[in-house]
Amino acid sequence: MAMAAENLAVRTPDTANIKLIARDVSVYYGEARALKGVSLDVGSNQVTSLIGPSGCGKSTFLRCLNRMNDVIDGCRVVGDITLDGEDIYDPRLDVVQLRARVGMVFQKPNPFPKSIYDNIAYGPRIHGLCENKTDTDEIVEGSLTRAGLWKEVKDRLDKPGTGLSGGQQQRLCIARAIAVNPEVILMDEPCSALDPIATAKIEELMDELRENFTIVIVTHSMQQAARVSQKTAFFHLGDLVECGDTQLLFTNPKDERTQGYITGRFG
Amino acid sequence: MPTGSEHIVRSFDNELQGLNQIIVRMGGMAESMLATAIEALVKRDSDLAAKVIRADKEVDALEKTADEMAIKLIALRQPMANDLREVIAALKIASDIERIGDLAKNLAKRTLALNQAPPAHPAYAIPRMANLVQGIIKDTLDAYVARDAERALDVWHRDEEVDEMYTGLFRELLTYMMEDPRNITSSTHLLFIAKNIERMGDHATNIAENIYYLAKGEQLEGRRPKGDQSSFEVVNPPAGGEAGENEAGIEQVTAQDSRENGE
Repeated sequence: MAMAAENLAVRTPDTANIKLIARDVSVYYGEARALKGVSLDVGSNQVTSLIGPSGCGKSTFLRCLNRMNDVIDGCRVVGDITLDGEDIYDPRLDVVQLRARVGMVFQKPNPFPKSIYDNIAYGPRIHGLCENKTDTDEIVEGSLTRAGLWKEVKDRLDKPGTGLSGGQQQRLCIARAIAVNPEVILMDEPCSALDPIATAKIEELMDELRENFTIVIVTHSMQQAARVSQKTAFFHLGDLVECGDTQLLFTNPKDERTQGYITGRFG
Repeated sequence: MPTGSEHIVRSFDNELQGLNQIIVRMGGMAESMLATAIEALVKRDSDLAAKVIRADKEVDALEKTADEMAIKLIALRQPMANDLREVIAALKIASDIERIGDLAKNLAKRTLALNQAPPAHPAYAIPRMANLVQGIIKDTLDAYVARDAERALDVWHRDEEVDEMYTGLFRELLTYMMEDPRNITSSTHLLFIAKNIERMGDHATNIAENIYYLAKGEQLEGRRPKGDQSSFEVVNPPAGGEAGENEAGIEQVTAQDSRENGE
């Protein structure tokens, strides 16, 4: 699976199923090195989960994938990351476009202080994805439907997004991310603030979404990673220790450290 | 002892330990039941045989306990990786040990029946076969305690010898029955006893396969070596017949069955 950096731009049958390729990625916060030479392939139309103890670098790695680390003072990223073979750190690349293609959902639901309708419509409007009300209506309904929220909110689209329950707000944020037609959705502990039922709804949603999108999720819950993902990557102290099929990693991990973490022998 | 360092939540370790101890205890009891049952057979001791029959209840009760503990562990702890394999292996091994106990009890019951009749034509191969299986059971349990895949693999290969002894016993007992019809009752009981011992060997082999999976996280590849040809055994009466033809036909069926079952 490991390919030389210069081959990353070439699409071959081997890479056809790989959406994002990271090679030797290191991240520094000032002098401190938070991520140490991580190489990882993210498969298309799959859920890849990133697990590991606090401070292991999984969220840092996630933020590299849509260059959210750019907005952090003193944060420096080295290494290669490509999306469909294109280098995302290429200076000629439009970072705003990148963040539309690689959307993000955060731990604490963060709907805009706008109506439900405008929450969804905002992105498509500023990206010029809709010309008239009909287009916008379609995009809003489509996104809310795909996020499993349409039925619950269709009669109150003008009400504030912040008036929804936690689980609904999170699904609103997912709908908002979907509205701009991303290819990848990054989720940073999306269910941490939600109750088990809301969590289950989001997990069901992930299963549906992966038909059309590639999903990368950071989670503290090993059981969640086991339930929702096809590939799991275990991070520890800035290193990628092990990455493999979720089923194998949780029944017979290759590395002692992985086994120690997932069985609760160290944290 | 389960290998690996301790869990952060110590009660998890305690529960796994508890399950481990139940299995070890069950194994020891089954071993001892077989030893006592054979002694009862050889010495024609009905009291000893009755003791074995009573002991089986305890093994059954322990199996229920093991089941409950395993289910509780799965529900409450969501074990992963080696912990998960520990619990699943314990469930399956408890079931196999319980069957070994049942077979020892059946052996003892047959001994009680044999003791009603005059002493039978001794089949020395039976205590020899029982000794072999006793050794296999002991080594299997040692492999479990040590979580040793190599030792489990070693045990896995020894079942073939038990099967071969059983095939030989089958022929021997048929011969006694043909020599003198008065031997039929006792020989038939002895035949069932031999079959029980052979099945105990099979269960010990199952346990060995589970220990291998527990230790390695992979299933044992390939078919286990089998030496039990008794299904195809025909012993012809001394007064001739078309012996040659029959044997050729049987060889064909035997060979085909072996091929189909990958033996």
